[in-house]
Amino acid sequence: MASVMLPLSVGIPLLSAVLILLIGKAWRNAGALFAPITTLITLVFAIDLLGADAGTYWMGGWPPPFGIVLVLDSVSKVLLLVVNMVAFLASVYAVSYMQKYTAQNKFYALFILMLAGMNGVVLTGDLFNLYVFLEIASIASYALVGFGVEHEELEAGFKYLVLGTIASTMLLVGIAIVYNLTGSVNMADVARFVSGMPPNKALLFALAMFLFGFGLKAGLVPFHAWLPDAHPSAPAPVSAMLSGVLIKAIGVYPLIRITYSVFGAPNIILNLILWLGVISAVVGVFLALGQYDIKRLMAYHSVSQMGYVAIGIGLGTPLGIAAALFHMFNHALFKSLLFLSAGSLESATGTRDLRQMGGLKKKMPITSLATATGSLSIAGVPPFNGFFSKLLIIIAAIMAKQYVAAGVAAFVSLLTLASFTKVMKYSLLGKLNEKYERLKESPVLMAIVLTILSVLCLGVGLFYNYFMDSIFNPAANDLLNQAKYISMVIGG
Amino acid sequence: MKQKDIEQIIHDDHTGMSLIVKTVARMMIAVIILFAFYIILYGHLTPGGGFAGGVILAIAYTLMMLAFSRKMALHKFSDFWASFWDNIGMLAFIILGFLGLNSGYFLYNFIWHGKPFHLVSAGIIPLANIAIGVKVGACLYAIFIGLSIYGRLIIKEEE
Amino acid sequence: MVVYILDMVILVIGIYCLIAKRHLIKKIIGMVLMEYSVNLFLILIGYRHNGIAPILMPDENRVHFAQYGVDPLPQALVLTSIVIGLGTLALMAAYAMRLYEKYRTFDMSEIRRLKG
Repeated sequence: MASVMLPLSVGIPLLSAVLILLIGKAWRNAGALFAPITTLITLVFAIDLLGADAGTYWMGGWPPPFGIVLVLDSVSKVLLLVVNMVAFLASVYAVSYMQKYTAQNKFYALFILMLAGMNGVVLTGDLFNLYVFLEIASIASYALVGFGVEHEELEAGFKYLVLGTIASTMLLVGIAIVYNLTGSVNMADVARFVSGMPPNKALLFALAMFLFGFGLKAGLVPFHAWLPDAHPSAPAPVSAMLSGVLIKAIGVYPLIRITYSVFGAPNIILNLILWLGVISAVVGVFLALGQYDIKRLMAYHSVSQMGYVAIGIGLGTPLGIAAALFHMFNHALFKSLLFLSAGSLESATGTRDLRQMGGLKKKMPITSLATATGSLSIAGVPPFNGFFSKLLIIIAAIMAKQYVAAGVAAFVSLLTLASFTKVMKYSLLGKLNEKYERLKESPVLMAIVLTILSVLCLGVGLFYNYFMDSIFNPAANDLLNQAKYISMVIGG
Repeated sequence: MKQKDIEQIIHDDHTGMSLIVKTVARMMIAVIILFAFYIILYGHLTPGGGFAGGVILAIAYTLMMLAFSRKMALHKFSDFWASFWDNIGMLAFIILGFLGLNSGYFLYNFIWHGKPFHLVSAGIIPLANIAIGVKVGACLYAIFIGLSIYGRLIIKEEE
Repeated sequence: MVVYILDMVILVIGIYCLIAKRHLIKKIIGMVLMEYSVNLFLILIGYRHNGIAPILMPDENRVHFAQYGVDPLPQALVLTSIVIGLGTLALMAAYAMRLYEKYRTFDMSEIRRLKG
């Protein structure tokens, strides 16, 4: 019996979203007060749960497989921490950044709803419940992408909406097939049934549906068309949330959970994920090289970095999965840092075009330092966190005798470095454009958030050994141990 | 809006639909709302429940808007209050879930269950149905108001 | 078996309509077709000929109940999925109206500002 914090991680954001809308009718700044407080509470829960024992929570007191069950194991802990940490920092950043927008309360309500959906996806142990929470998070994100209601935002939002709906429908088809075959939607119950069954074409078809649906939400390459439009169009805190955690919490995490814990990692699907990852890594970085829109460039790099994660997952070795989870954690940190600093640059200069920036190093020292830290982290320069996770993925690929994947990962890393050298050269170095003579450093709250994220990037890199041993290796071992998951949910 | 204006909308041929539709709608709306309440309240005994009843509730107000005019419907139930009740319904459901924590579980059915197949039975399920009914009814009506008012604005701009 | 195939045909038509048609409203209709075909699929899974309501009373014949009681879970799933579909539909309609306001057209092939 796990602690009551599990349902509260979902319930408190839901309650807060309603309260923001209700109180927001009378008081304009309700959202700016409630959103950071809510995310702080869930962050405290997530940190507290890191030390808690693995366990399940029965919603409404109904035991599994009859009722909905929330499951906390070492993988959920990692994701819960990442989601709530980035959400807290992004919401603090939003307090300062969103001043210029109207209808702020609706923004905060959607933001918090998206958080509730992601926490639900990460915690749930029930396939259909996962679909419901995934839809809550997705619909909130569809609305947030179009929040600016200008031409580009609306077009990107509609594209995302159409493709996201197809993905969700395919997921529902997959769930229906699984339910038809096993008579249960509880993940552990399905896993128990599947593990005692000979190879089955219908189950593989369902798994392919899941791969399509979650692959689209994660932005892996054949399904990535919406991502470079949708992620840059949203306001900066939302871009950070979408690229930093949403594609992981509703894309990669359910894919890992269903492939490993439920279906016991059939080889054919693992190979598919591995090669999807290789293609994503290469295509994403090549498309990013030619971009001059700073946020669009970063969105293409999200595709490429998700490719790394997919390579790690597809290897199927403990080291590969641990490295993939570690890279997911790091990517959440540095990609949200990059998007938030890009938001600062954009709101200061009024443009997203790299060619019109330049020499901002002198005018905005903190933001420039943050951009540089994020760029070095994503490019994999040694003391920063990106280096270690990429290195571990490459080592894991070599140990699993996937030399092509290892070579591609190393090659893509070089191209990423080249691409971010371009970002730094165009935006921070060089001659200052005359019209930016009166530029000021970004507001205090935004600068504080950027500093915290930069310090985290460096700190995780320096103490990577500690993080790997205490968090990511146990998580990888838990994922590979399907029997333990089943006995924990059904037996406990 | 004064009583005189309402009278005028009801009898005027130029606002809303024709007199036949208005007369029938005036009789039907109360019945539809009554039926919606029946579906919501008996949700734990018969097919239906909060969502189905809420949809019927929203349809009653939508019919009012279509038959009389947007002005009349907004006078009876304005967009502000639709949005307000929408939030209240959701708040009530979540608070019901939190009250269950008192007895050990989130969303625990903590009220005495009663005898099966009676109106007062099944613990919190009727209460949850009422909350959902209020939420869905107000929410669908609010969506309809939003889409119709906004669509009208675009058309006006075009002219 | 035939009903399942026909249901999948509706699903495919819906996806085709959602992707290939250029008119925004036709896209919305395609989305609705797609969602409802999946709902129908769930209902078909839970369907039982001559089924009875799945409420087990103390004096119920257990064997008869096990044989004819319909599966209540797919119905609950369908209801939830209808609600989600309704939310998506409303959001899509709102998006279509906003797009029309900005671009003055419902033709998706003329709504192309993003590239690269």
